[in-house]
Amino acid sequence: MTESNTIAVAMSGGVDSSTVAAMLRADGHNLIGLTMQLWNQRRLAGREGMPESVQGRCCSLDDVYDARRVAQQIGIPYYVVNHEERFERDVVRPFVEEYLSGRTPIPCSLCNNHLKFDQLLIVAQQIGADRVATGHYARVNFDQVRGRWLLKRPADHSKDQTYFLFGLTQEQLSRTLFPLGDMTKPEVRELARKHGLALAEKPDSQEICFVPGGDYKRFIDAYLAEQGESLPDTSGELVTTNGEVIGEHSGIHNFTVGQRKGLGVATGSPLYVIQISGAQKQVTVGGDEHLYSRTLRTRRVNLISVDDLREPMRVAVKIRHRHEPASATIERTGEDEILVTFDQPQRAITPGQAAVFYEGDVVVGGGWIA
Amino acid sequence: MHRVYLDNNATTPVLPEVFEAMRPWFGEHFGNASSIHHHGQETRAAVENARESVAKLLGCSPSEVVFTSGGTESDNLAIVGLMIPGDHGITSGIEHHAVLHAAKHMEELGCEVTVLPVDGRGLIDPADVRRALRPNTKLISVMLANNETGVLQPVEEIGNIATEAGVYFHTDAVQAAGKVVLDVKRIGCHALSISGHKMHAPQGVGALYVKKGTRLKPLFYGGRHERSRRAGTENVPGIVALGKAAEMAREAFDRGDQEKMSAMRDRLEQGILAQVDEAGVNGEGAPRVRSTTNIHFDHIEGEALVIALDLKGLAVSTGAACSSGAIEPSHVLLAMGLKPERARASIRFSLGKQTTEEDIDYALALVPETVARLRAISPRYKQAVST
Repeated sequence: MTESNTIAVAMSGGVDSSTVAAMLRADGHNLIGLTMQLWNQRRLAGREGMPESVQGRCCSLDDVYDARRVAQQIGIPYYVVNHEERFERDVVRPFVEEYLSGRTPIPCSLCNNHLKFDQLLIVAQQIGADRVATGHYARVNFDQVRGRWLLKRPADHSKDQTYFLFGLTQEQLSRTLFPLGDMTKPEVRELARKHGLALAEKPDSQEICFVPGGDYKRFIDAYLAEQGESLPDTSGELVTTNGEVIGEHSGIHNFTVGQRKGLGVATGSPLYVIQISGAQKQVTVGGDEHLYSRTLRTRRVNLISVDDLREPMRVAVKIRHRHEPASATIERTGEDEILVTFDQPQRAITPGQAAVFYEGDVVVGGGWIA
Repeated sequence: MHRVYLDNNATTPVLPEVFEAMRPWFGEHFGNASSIHHHGQETRAAVENARESVAKLLGCSPSEVVFTSGGTESDNLAIVGLMIPGDHGITSGIEHHAVLHAAKHMEELGCEVTVLPVDGRGLIDPADVRRALRPNTKLISVMLANNETGVLQPVEEIGNIATEAGVYFHTDAVQAAGKVVLDVKRIGCHALSISGHKMHAPQGVGALYVKKGTRLKPLFYGGRHERSRRAGTENVPGIVALGKAAEMAREAFDRGDQEKMSAMRDRLEQGILAQVDEAGVNGEGAPRVRSTTNIHFDHIEGEALVIALDLKGLAVSTGAACSSGAIEPSHVLLAMGLKPERARASIRFSLGKQTTEEDIDYALALVPETVARLRAISPRYKQAVST
C-alpha cells in the first residue's frame, strides 16, 4: 500500500472513533491511530472544590487505555500526541476569558478549529498520512459544480455535529473523512459489536471534556487559582429592561442569556437573563418576551459552500447546538461581519455561541455571535 | 518491515548467551535459595555466583551487592533507606525520576532536599555540591551517566567531597553499567544502582551496591533475604542473567568493544549533523557514554519525528512519556537551559551491543530525509525561515 493511502484516525477512546478505526481497517486501509492528549484531568483535581477523581472524560487514562486497546485489537500502530500547551492556549484560556467577559463560549468549536483539524492534520501529514478520519457525525464531499468541498449534516440529525465544525477550511475539509456520516448511533454501536469492540456499550460523553460535571464556574475558580491569578471582580448591577436597578449580582460569568434560576431576585412573574454587558458588568433581566430577537451579527466568519456572500442569501440558521435551524436571510455587512435576520424572532440569542448557516443539509458557513 | 532499534537507553534485548544462562532456572533447575535441600543449595550457588560476577563489575565485594527488582527499586532503596526525617539530601535536576520522586517523597516525610542545577552541557559543578552541604546533610545522590544525553558526571570529585564531609554518596549508574568501567572505590560512593535490562539482562532485575558498614533501612519487610536489606524470594533466573550480563560486560571491556560502539555513535552523530541544518548535540563538550547521542532538530516536534521514524522502522525516543503515553518535554534538557521548543525538538539515539554498521546506515539514510519532510510541513519552520 502506498503512503498516500494512509489515513490517520483520531481516536478518543469512545465508541464512535473506535468504530471508525475498525471499519476503515476492515476496508483494508492503512491506518495510524492517534489520540490527542489535550488536558491533564488530574491537574485541577481536588482544587477549589473540583472533584478529586474524574473518570471517563476526554484524555483520561481510561480513554487512552480504551483507544490503545482498540488499536491493538485491530492491529494498527497507535500513538498519543501531546497538544496540551496548544489546547490550553487556544481553548481553555479563551473559554475562561469569554465567560469573564459575559459571553457563553463553545470550546468544542475552538478545539476543532485549532487542534483537531489543524494540529492533528499537520501531525498526520508529517507522519505520512494525507487524511484524517474522525468519529464526528457529519458528511463531507467534493461538489464538482461549485468546485468546493462541502460540509453536510449527517443522516442522523439527532447526532448532527456540523454546528461545531463550521470553522473548517476547504483545505481542512479536503483532507478529512467522516465515515459515520451516513449512520445512526444505534447502527454504529451495532457495528462496534460486530467488530467485537469491548467498548461497544460505553456511554456517550455529554459535556465539555475538560470541565468535570459541567460545572464551569468551579472550573474557572480552580483554573485561575492554579495559575496564581485571582478571579476578577465581575460583580455589578442587576437591572430591568427599563434600566431600573433591582439588585446586585455576584459576577457576570455566573450568567448565561436565557438563564432563569439563580438570579437572586424574587418577583411575581418569571425573570430571565436578557443581556450581559461585559463593559458595564451589568446583567439585564426581564420577562420571557424580551428574550426574543430577530437579528444577530456574526464575526470571524467562515464560509464553506460559497466563496463569498455577494448578495443576501436565504438560509436556515442554528444558534446553538440543540436548536432547530430557523429560516433567515444572511447578508454581508462588513469585511468580517454577517448580519442574520430571522423570519421569526428567536429566543435567547447568546453572544459567544456560533450561528451556523444551512442550505438544506449543506453548511453554508458560520460565525461567532457578537 | 525492516526494523532498527536505536533506543537502548530505554531497554536492551537480552543477549542470547544471557538467555541461555537463565533458561535452566525456569524449570530444569529450580529451588528456593533459602531451602536447605539439594534444590535450595544449587539455587543458592547460582545466586552467589551471579553476585560475585556483579561484584567484579562494580569493584566491590559480593556481600556488598543487594539484588533488587531494577533501577527504580535500587534508587528508592538507597534514598528512602538512608534518609530519615530531619535529614538533608543533595541531588540534581537531571536525575531520573526514580531519584527525583523518591527525594520528593522524603521531602514530604520531613527531609530537606537541595536540587542542584547543571550547566549548558548538562554537567553538575562539584563546587555546588560542596556549597550545598549543611550540618544535617545525610546523603548526596548524583547520577553517573544521564539517561537522555549520556553525559558523565564528575562523580569521583563528588565522592571526595562526600568522604571529606562524612556524608553518604549514592550514584545512579543504571545508564553507565556495561558502558563505562565502574569502580565503586574510585568513585567513593556508599551506594550505586544498576539495572539488568539496560545491560542486556531482562527487565525485572537490578542491584544496589551498598558499602560495607552502611546502615540501610529496607523498603520491604519479610524474610532475611539479601542480609535483611531486601526481603522477598530471589528472582533467580533474573539474577543469574544479571550475573551473566555483568560477566559479558567485563569481557567486552577487555576486548575493547566500546571503541567500536564509540565509532558507530560518532559516525551517526556526525553523519546527521553533516546532512541536517539547524541541528546540534545536546551535551556537546561534556564527557559522554559511548552509546548515546541526543540531537536537537530545530523547528520540528520531536514527537512527530519519533512517530514518523517508527513508521519507517527506526525506533528512537524523545523526552519522557507521561502516564498516557504522550511526550512531555524532557526535564533533563530543560534543566540544561534548553528552551522548551528545542527540548521538544530533541531526539535520543542510543546504541546497544547488537547495533550494527548497517543499522547506522539505515538511520543515516532515513533521519535527514524525514527531518526535511517534517520541516516542509512545519508551520514553525516556515515561520522561522521566512523571518
